[in-house]
Formats: sequence, C-alpha cells, structure tokens
Amino acid sequence: MTAAPYERAARLSWPRVVFVGLVAAFAVLTIPTLVDKHSWTGVAISVAVTAILAYVYLTPKRIAARFLVPGTILLLAFQVYPVAYTITTAFTNYGDGHRLSQSQAVAQIEADSVLEQPGAQRYELSVATKTTDTSGAFVFFLTDPNGKVERGDASGLTPVPDSQVTKDQFTGKVTTAAGWHILTGIQVNGLGQRLSTFAVPTSGGFIKSVGLSEAYIGQFTMKYDAAAHTMTDTRTSTVYKASGGEFKAADGSGKTLPIGWKVGVGFKNFTSVLTDAAIRGPFLRVLIWTIAFAVLSVLTTFALGLLLAVVMDHPRMRGRKLYSSLLLLPYAMPAFITTLVWSSMYNKDFGLLNKLFGTHIDWLGSPWAARGSVLLTNLWLGFPYMFLVCAGLLQAVPQELKEVARVDGASAVRVFRSVTMPTVLIGAMPLLIASFGYNFNNFNLIRLLTDGGPYPSGSSTAGDTDILISYTYRLAFGGQGAQYGLASAISFLIFVLVGLITYGGFRQTRQLEEVYAR
Amino acid sequence: MTTAAVAVVAAALSLTGCSSSASKSASSSSSTPTASSASSSSSSAAAAPSSSSSAPPVRDPNTDLVIWTDAQRAPVLQQFAQSFAAANGISVSVQPVATDLQSAYVTATAAGKGPDIVVGATDWIGNLVQNGAIAPLPLTAGQKGSFEATALNAVTYNGQVYGVPYATENLALITNTGEAAANPATFEDMVANGQAAVKAGKASEALAMQIGQQGDPYTAQPLMGSAGGSIFGTKADGSYDPAQVGVDGTGAKAFAAQLAKYGEKGQNVFKRSIDANNAVSLFTSGKSPYLISGPWALEQVRKAGLKYAISPVPGFAGMGPSQPFVGVQAFYVSAKAKNTAIAQEFTLNYLTKKDVEEALYKVDPRAPALTEAYNDVSKTDPDIAAFQAAAAHGVVLPQIPAMSAVWGPLGIAEAAIVGGADPNTSMTNAATQIKAAIAKG
Repeated sequence: MTAAPYERAARLSWPRVVFVGLVAAFAVLTIPTLVDKHSWTGVAISVAVTAILAYVYLTPKRIAARFLVPGTILLLAFQVYPVAYTITTAFTNYGDGHRLSQSQAVAQIEADSVLEQPGAQRYELSVATKTTDTSGAFVFFLTDPNGKVERGDASGLTPVPDSQVTKDQFTGKVTTAAGWHILTGIQVNGLGQRLSTFAVPTSGGFIKSVGLSEAYIGQFTMKYDAAAHTMTDTRTSTVYKASGGEFKAADGSGKTLPIGWKVGVGFKNFTSVLTDAAIRGPFLRVLIWTIAFAVLSVLTTFALGLLLAVVMDHPRMRGRKLYSSLLLLPYAMPAFITTLVWSSMYNKDFGLLNKLFGTHIDWLGSPWAARGSVLLTNLWLGFPYMFLVCAGLLQAVPQELKEVARVDGASAVRVFRSVTMPTVLIGAMPLLIASFGYNFNNFNLIRLLTDGGPYPSGSSTAGDTDILISYTYRLAFGGQGAQYGLASAISFLIFVLVGLITYGGFRQTRQLEEVYAR
Repeated sequence: MTTAAVAVVAAALSLTGCSSSASKSASSSSSTPTASSASSSSSSAAAAPSSSSSAPPVRDPNTDLVIWTDAQRAPVLQQFAQSFAAANGISVSVQPVATDLQSAYVTATAAGKGPDIVVGATDWIGNLVQNGAIAPLPLTAGQKGSFEATALNAVTYNGQVYGVPYATENLALITNTGEAAANPATFEDMVANGQAAVKAGKASEALAMQIGQQGDPYTAQPLMGSAGGSIFGTKADGSYDPAQVGVDGTGAKAFAAQLAKYGEKGQNVFKRSIDANNAVSLFTSGKSPYLISGPWALEQVRKAGLKYAISPVPGFAGMGPSQPFVGVQAFYVSAKAKNTAIAQEFTLNYLTKKDVEEALYKVDPRAPALTEAYNDVSKTDPDIAAFQAAAAHGVVLPQIPAMSAVWGPLGIAEAAIVGGADPNTSMTNAATQIKAAIAKG
C-alpha cells in the first residue's frame, strides 16, 4: 500500500518533532518568567518565534523556509539586535550615574535620604499577623527601652497593655501577643519588599524596621514633588529641578544630586566626538597608528609565515614535522599569557631582553620602541597562523606550471613571483583582510602589553601605542566611570570605518582575482 | 496531526523537566586567586585582568543570604557566614567573583540578579550610590562610636553610612633590617641609606616603590601629602569637594619637583620599571632594602624569612609627615537585596561584634576597624600596630565618583615626570584634564 504524495510529505520525522519540542520547551520555560517580569514584548517574541517555527516545521509545505528561518532568527538575535541596541544606546546618556529610570532614581534618592532622628530611641521589634498566613497585612509590636509596648500599623501607634503580651526578659521583645501570630526571623525576612516599604507614621517621622528585631524612628530629608518635578532637601530647603537626566540645584550653585537617570540626548554623543578637544585632538594620530599597526601586523606576520612555509616546502628540507610543530608553539599558548610574559620581558631594568643583549632600551617607555615592541609581540603571536595558511596554499600551486616555467628558463625568484605568489595571494587575500579587521580591533594585545602607553606629556586619553578600540575603551570607561552612551557612539563610528575598509579590501580582491584569472 | 501535537507536547514537557533541574546546578563560579595584591585603589593598580572571557556572575538562587566578594576573601568569609547561618537557621552562600567585582555587582544588581551583600573597598561607595546599588545602613549611635574614626568617615557619604567597615589598610615603609636602618627620619635619610646599601653591594635598588609606565597615585600619595599636596580640597563638613582639584596646587607641584629630583634623570630612585608586578619581589629577594607597600604584602614578606621592620613612610626633609590614603574594607547591603532583613541583621548586629572582627583578622591580617578589636589585636601583632601608626596623618581614600577621573591623568603625569618630563607643566596638564573630565561628568 502506497501513501498519496501529500500524505508522505505530512508524515513527521522524529528529529523534527524533537526540534519543535525543544523550541516549545524553551517557550514553556521562558514565558512564566517573562510574564512574572511583565515583559510583554518578551512574551510576544517568544510566542511568535515558537509559532513560526512550529508552523514551518509541522506543515508539509515551506520546505525552503525550513532552511532559512532558523538562520534568519539567529541573525536577528545575535547580529541585528546587538547592532540596533548599540545604536539606540548611542543616543542616550546611559552609563554610571545614569543607569536607572527616573522613577527608580526618585525612589532611590528618597530612600537614601532617610536619616534616623538624632538622639531618638530604638525599639525591639516583633512582626505579627492575624492569621498564620504571611501573605496578608502585618503589624509591628514595638517595645521601647522602658519596656512599654505599642502596636504599629499603617495608621499609627496604639498602646498595648502588658497583660496582652509576654516579653523576652532580657531584651523586652514581644514573644506572644493575644490574638496575633508573632513571625519568626525567616518569616520576617520573607516579607521582603513589603517589609522594606512598610512604615508606621509618627508625629516626627515614621518607624521602620532594621534587621530582624529592631526598629528606628526615621525621617525623609528629601521630598519629591511629582507635579513640579522637583526634589527638596528639607534640611537646607534647597530645591533641585529635574533636567537632562539629573536633579540640578535651582539656586544656580551647580550642585547636583548623586543619582541620575537614563534619558535620550540626541546626537550629543556623536557631536562630542567631533567637538571635544580631548577626543578630537588625538583622534587622527590614533587612527593613523591603528591603520599602520593593522597593516604592518598583517604584512610582517604574512611575510614571516610565507617565508617559513616556503622553506619548509623545499624538497630537500629535513625534520619538517619537528620544525613545524615547534613553529606552531606560539599559536598553541593562550595569547594573553604570552602577552603578559612579553610585557615583563620588555622591562627596562629587570626585563629579559635588555639583560640578554646588555642593552638599556626603554622598550615600553619611548614611543617608537614601544610601537616596535607591539609589532614584535604581534609578529610572535601571529606568524604561526600565517605559516599554517601558507603551507596549505603552497600545496595548491600547480607543480606542472612551475616546471613549465623552469623549463622555459625562469629563475627560482621569477617562478616564485609569477607562479607561486599569485596563487597563494588569491587564496590568502580574504584571510589577510580578516586578519586586518582583527588587528584593527586587537584590544587584548594593546591593553595587556602597553595599555596604550607611553603617553605623551599632557595627554592621558591617548597613548603612543593606542589603537582606536583601546582609546575608545579609555574614553568611555576611564574618565567618569562607565559611559555606555559615548562608547556606543564611538563603536558605531568604528563599525562604519571598519566596514568601509573591509568593503574596499574585498573590491581589491575581486579585481585581483579578475587580473589573475585572465 | 493530533499525534504530532501530542508528541511535541510530550517532548516539550520532558525537556522542560530536564533543563530546569540542570539550571539549578549551573550557578558555579570560578575562583582563581590572582597573584596581584588586592590594593584598594582599584582603578590605579596596573593589575592585569586574570581572565579575558568569563561568564558574568549570577546569584546563587537557592540560599537565604548571598554574599559576593573577591576570590581571596571568599573562603574566609564563608566560615563566618556559616556560623551566622547556623545560629539563625538559614543558608548562606559566599560567592567569589574573580574579576572586576565592582562593575559585575553594579550590572548584576541593575538586572535584579545581584547578591544581598557585597564586600569591597570604600572608594567604591560613590559609584555604587550613584547607580542606586547600595542602601544606607542605620547604625546606632553606639555602633558608630565603636569604630575607628577614619573607618567610620570612610563609609560615610553624603551624610549617610553605607557600609560596615571591618578592616583598614594603608601604606607603610617596610625595611629589610639586614640591609639598612629601619625607621629613617626623612625621605632623604632613607635614600642615603638605600644608596649606601647599593654601594656596599647588598642591594641593587635603593627603594622599591611601584610606579610603572602609567604611574600610581595611590602609592605616591604618602609623599605627595608630605609635600603638602592634595587631590581634592574639602568642604565645610570635611568631605571631599570635586570642584576643588588640588593637583596643580603648590603642594602638588612641590611633590612633582621631588619626583623629578629622584627620578630617572636625577637620583634614579623612582623608576618606571618598578611596577605592581615586581615591587614586592624586589624586596623579598633582597634586591631592595626598602619597600613601600600595604598589609597585603605582609604574607609574602613574612614568607621570605628576612628580618623586617614596619614604620611610617618618611616625609621629605623640611616638609610635613607622610599622608597615606586610608582605605577601608566594608560590607554593603544591596539596595535591591532579596533578603534585606537578614542582610541587615548580619551586617549590623553580627559583623559589629568584637570577636567576629578579631576572627576575621586572624585569617586576613589587616587592622580591624572596630576599636576594641583593634586594641586586642595590636597588643599581640606589632605589625598591625605599626601599619596603624603609619596612618597617623593619613587621609581618607576619596569615595566620590570624581576620583575615577583622577587616577589616569595624575598617574601618567607622575610617570612622565619620573621619566624626565617637566614637573610643572605635567601637573598643570593633568589638572586641566581632570577638571575637564569632572565638568563633563
């Protein structure tokens, strides 16, 4: 018995069921958490992704989509979303001191302003509920230093006669109360946010809990006026007005409150890149060195790698395997450890290099020596990769072509230049462009080896070996803590820059291929 | 189609079951103690990050109280937290955060995944407060009075107490008494002694004071203070004023002149080649008779087995006494703690006990911040008393966020002067940059 074609297509294979099951499981896992956090966009995305995948994989049609959809979703999640997020962040002041939303900042400023009434007494505290269930309302039983007990709730204090309670004989803390359940320490802690926001109003302020069994009389010293968007310091009567993501003193003294919030700032981050002297001044110098560093790194590592590969490729070469494995050693070690080791080797007075050669070169302290040091270390780190690549590509050079050339009387150099090089270059070009892009943003090397130094006197924003990315890092995270808005703006600019250079590079490759293809 | 739906649901449910149990055990944390000392000046230290790619820390979901601390302190604190937990019938987890605890804490707290308590130096306070990451701690007047005055000042910010201090730390001069005389009266005497030791072939350096290519304002502060320099002026209430940058003041410039005098083009006592990585080992290997360092170096110095003495960093002749930064290690309660009540109980009523602070000292030999505990400890440990004496004229390590604009420019200016740059213009330039960064803030 044979099935009709559409039935065959509708039959489900187990891998597909498991895959859709996995997706559904992920949705089942995430949706309750997202609902819990009231993240409705999250819920919508989760449901939509699950629905799309289920539809594509469980219906007989949409064969092409089965291959395209997962990749598209991953592209959206891991490429498009971060880029979009970075760009939106670039238009805000997000960073240290501006991480919260305005309502969070207001709440935090008020909470931070609570001061204990000077000289006021403290109470021994017991928290109690009417029923054994702690999810409902609760009250404070407060014992003052004289042993007098009062019951406090949201409306205020009520005296409690001693006959209705028993107290701990040493501390005076209420241990039982008629008609009430006294909560244990863990239960008190379990009240969580409800406990920290609970306050018993008194004439001079309010009573708040501290720890598990103590309460104090406190008062706000900052009051927020939601209508006027102002914060008032009740001690000095200074009024602070909300503007530009922070509270500024209205008296013109320039004082601001420590906690600000995140707001949009338009193109400010981008314009400050162009107008701020500290940023604009060294930008060109850093850009030139970045390009020089990336180009020289690629050229030196490629040249050395190719040279070694050619040597290894020579038919009369012996012990090839041993040499090859030795040459790969630098590649096998974690780059950041190697970098730190090199950094200590460059030490002027105690480093290995100066001791070995009896020199007094200030490797990391003078601009050109430091630039040389960076390139040398990067050469050490990078040549094994190029050696591997070139060794592979040399195998691809047609032997017949070489022999023909030699028969025609071409010298070894001529054969290398006209036969070997073009083949190797066509294969290596995309990798060289990738290597250029990598070195253009080789943050680890600069950060661990020189940290941008040495710095010309009078500039702490850009050192002589700083590349764009390490310079950006210092601008964004060095001066006033983390400034994600500014960092996003500069990384967006670098993104555009690297994109343009890579585009140019690939165009060049295409032309190269066309030339050699003829 | 119905069978397909059933199969999918079954697969979904079984996988949900599997993965939710797996996620519980996933909260592990890497603990790789770094060799570099835990200098309190987090931003100035040239210590390299120990790992470049580690997953951000996440709070342990299964405990009543979660404490984050650096990798070195974690095992120590685990013991104390454990005994508190046992007494209160709760579970506690102390999680080590190997790299960049401060920013990891700020980020995690903002995402609601932070701990209840974090342990760190007091120069974090300004940044933690401006990000709404820590809550004030209402210490009683009696509790406030039980701490050393500098320790209490260090945890006070904008008139509020934000942390419970447990140990104070500051720089002092450590002398290898086999090579040079201890407790020199002036900086000049010390240099003369050190150079004599070098001449006699006992040592190769007169002094091990870390500077590095980027400078180190934390280590330079005792001497800068001696010359009358200060980083910030103070407001009427004694707190630092970010509007008064003193880096280009007369005192700071007097210090800059000394930096040049003893720098690489002068007496060659200050060297950029001596940095955070090799300063202590220069001393412990006998290559330098003097070391300027803090209590974190004590363990290595004691292990080296040489005869040593601890004394205040000497001031310059004809100038004031040295003024090291006094940093304090403190416990902070998160503004978004899940267990605020227990966290407050732990910090306010447990850590403020004398025997707890003494026990903490025993595993981490730094001067207790609680006066009673300090008095006990200093009787038996002369080193702790000596470090405390070295801070007689110490100044509180600034907690204001503006300080993060100072470390870079000031350090670079100092390193440049040591390397031979003009002292006056270097300091003026540094001050200009610092002021510009603060104004932008």
